[in-house]
Amino acid sequence: MVNRGDGRLAVAFLAPVLIGFAVFYVYPSLRGAWYSLTDWNLLSEPRFVGLGNYAKLVGDPLFWNSLKVTFGYVAITIAVQLVAGLGLAALLHRLTRSLVIRSLLLVPWLVPSVTTALLWMWLLDANLGFLNHLLVGLGLDNQGFLTSPDLALTSVAVINSWGGVGYTALLLYAGMLLVPPTVYEAAALDGSGEVRTFFRITLPLMRPILAFVLVVTLIGSFQLFDTVAVTTKGGPVNATRVVYYYIYEQAFTHFKMGYASALALSLVLILGVLTFVQMRLLRASTSDLA
Amino acid sequence: MKLGRLFAWACLVLAIVISLFPLYWMLRTAITPGRELAVDNAGLLPRHPTLFNFQRVLGLATREEARAAGGSGADLDFFRYLANSVVYTGLITGVQTVLCAMAGYAFARLRFPGRDLLFGLFVAALMVPPIFTLLPNFVLVKELGWLDTYQGMVAPSLLMTPFAVFFLRQFFLGVPREVEQAALIDGAGKGVIFWRVVLPMTKGPLLTLALTTAVWTWNDYLWPLLVAPGEETRVLTAALGVFLKQSPNTAPDWTGLMAGSALSVVPVLLLVVFFGRRLVDSIQFSGMKG
Repeated sequence: MVNRGDGRLAVAFLAPVLIGFAVFYVYPSLRGAWYSLTDWNLLSEPRFVGLGNYAKLVGDPLFWNSLKVTFGYVAITIAVQLVAGLGLAALLHRLTRSLVIRSLLLVPWLVPSVTTALLWMWLLDANLGFLNHLLVGLGLDNQGFLTSPDLALTSVAVINSWGGVGYTALLLYAGMLLVPPTVYEAAALDGSGEVRTFFRITLPLMRPILAFVLVVTLIGSFQLFDTVAVTTKGGPVNATRVVYYYIYEQAFTHFKMGYASALALSLVLILGVLTFVQMRLLRASTSDLA
Repeated sequence: MKLGRLFAWACLVLAIVISLFPLYWMLRTAITPGRELAVDNAGLLPRHPTLFNFQRVLGLATREEARAAGGSGADLDFFRYLANSVVYTGLITGVQTVLCAMAGYAFARLRFPGRDLLFGLFVAALMVPPIFTLLPNFVLVKELGWLDTYQGMVAPSLLMTPFAVFFLRQFFLGVPREVEQAALIDGAGKGVIFWRVVLPMTKGPLLTLALTTAVWTWNDYLWPLLVAPGEETRVLTAALGVFLKQSPNTAPDWTGLMAGSALSVVPVLLLVVFFGRRLVDSIQFSGMKG
C-alpha cells in the first residue's frame, strides 16, 4: 500500500460531492461574479456594464442604510445573546447538570424561524398582543413594537435572540465545563466570591469559545432574512431593511439581478474581512489554559 | 449564600418560562374560536376551547365554515405542506449525509493528488454567505425548467454542503487508525473497510450531523419559497408565509396562523423527546471544540 495512493477509490468516494460542489457552488459563484458586471432583469439578455453596478452601489444611500441597519442589528443581537447566554450558562454551570432543563432551553432554537417570527408578531401585536396586555397591566401604554421605526429593529433582534440564546448558552456552558475544577477550588480557598470568580477566572479562561461564539453569531446575524421578511418587510421607513433583505428585494422584487449580485459579492468581501479581523483580534486558537 | 442560590434558581426558572411561554401562547391562541379572539385574548385559557382552527388549516372544513370562523377563504392544505416538508427534509438529509460521509472519509484517510487544495476550496466555500450562490442557483433551476418541482428544490443541497464534508472529515480524522490497519492486514480494501468497519463505528456523529441537517432543512424558508411556491410543492414554512400574506393586514387570521404554526413545531418537539440528549451533546461538542 505504501505510497501507491488511493486515486481510484478517492474518485469513487468524491465524485457525487464534487459534482454537487462544481454545479451548485463553483459555477454559481462564477456566474454571480459575471452577473455583477451586467445589467440584467432576468428576461432579456444580460448587458455588460463593467463596474457600473459597483459605482452605483457606492452612491446608493439605501445600500449604506442597509449596512447601518445590519450593523445595528448585529450589535444588539450579539450584546443580548452574549450577556443572556453567559448568564444562562453560568446558572446552568453552578446549579444543575439536568439534561431536561438544557433540552427545554434549546426548544426555541429548534422552532423554524418563520414560525418564531409569526408567533412573536402575534405576541407583539399592537392591540391584542400578550406583551401589550402586560404593559397595560403594569399601567404603561401600548407599544407598536414592530410598527414604530424606533422599536422595530430592536424587536426583530429580541425575537431572534429568543430563538438563539439557548443555543449560545449551551455552547458557552460546554466551554465552562472545560475549566478544571482545581482552578475553582484554589479561588474558593483564596476567599474569592461567586461574582469575582466568574469575571476573574471563568471568563478569561473561556476566550477561545467566546471567540467561536462571536464569529458564529456575527456571520449568522448578517444573514438575517426570515424574520424581517415575515414581520416588517424592511419597514417601517427602512428601519429594518437589512442588507440580506435589500439584496433579495433588488433581485426578486425589482428584478435587478446584476445589481443584486454586486451587492451580494460586496457582502462576501465584508464578511471575509470581518471574520479575519475578529479571529486576529481574539487570538482565537490560543487558550490561557494551555 | 442560601438566598443567592434561591435567586439563581428563580432566574433559571424565569429563563425556562420565557423560552416556553410563547409556544404555550401559540397553542392557546390556536384553540381559541376565531370570532372570539378580539374579546378573548388575555386569559391563560380560552373561554370556549376548540380544535376547529386545526381542522380548517388542514383543509378539513368547507370554505364557508372556514370563512365564518375568521379565515380568508383561501384554500389551505397543511397535510400536503407537511408532506412536502417531510419529503424535502428527508431527501436532503438522507442523501447528503451518506455522500458527505464518503467524501469526508476520502479527505481524512485516502491519499490522492490535489487533496489539500480541494479541501481548502471547500473550507473557503464555508465562508461565503448563501445568498451569493442562491441568486445564480435560482437562475439555473429556472433554466432547467425545474421551478415548482421536487428536484429543483433539493438540487443545490442534495449532494453536499461544504459544512457537512468539513464536519465529517474532522470527525474521521479523530478515529484511531489502528482499527483500519488491523482490517488492512486482514486483506480488506479501504472501500470495504469504510462501509464495514468505520461507518458502523461512527453512527453517533453521523446521526448528529443528520439531525442538524434535518433541523436546518426543515427551517429553510427563502429557497423553497423562491423555487417552489406552487401549491403542489409548497413546504410548511413557505405555506405559513403565504398564509400570512393572504390574511388581511388589518386583522390577521391569528387563530388560523397559530394553528398552522403549531403544526410546524410538532416535529421539533418529537425531535427533542427522542433525540434531546444527542442534540444537546452535539452542540456542547462544538462548544468544547470551539
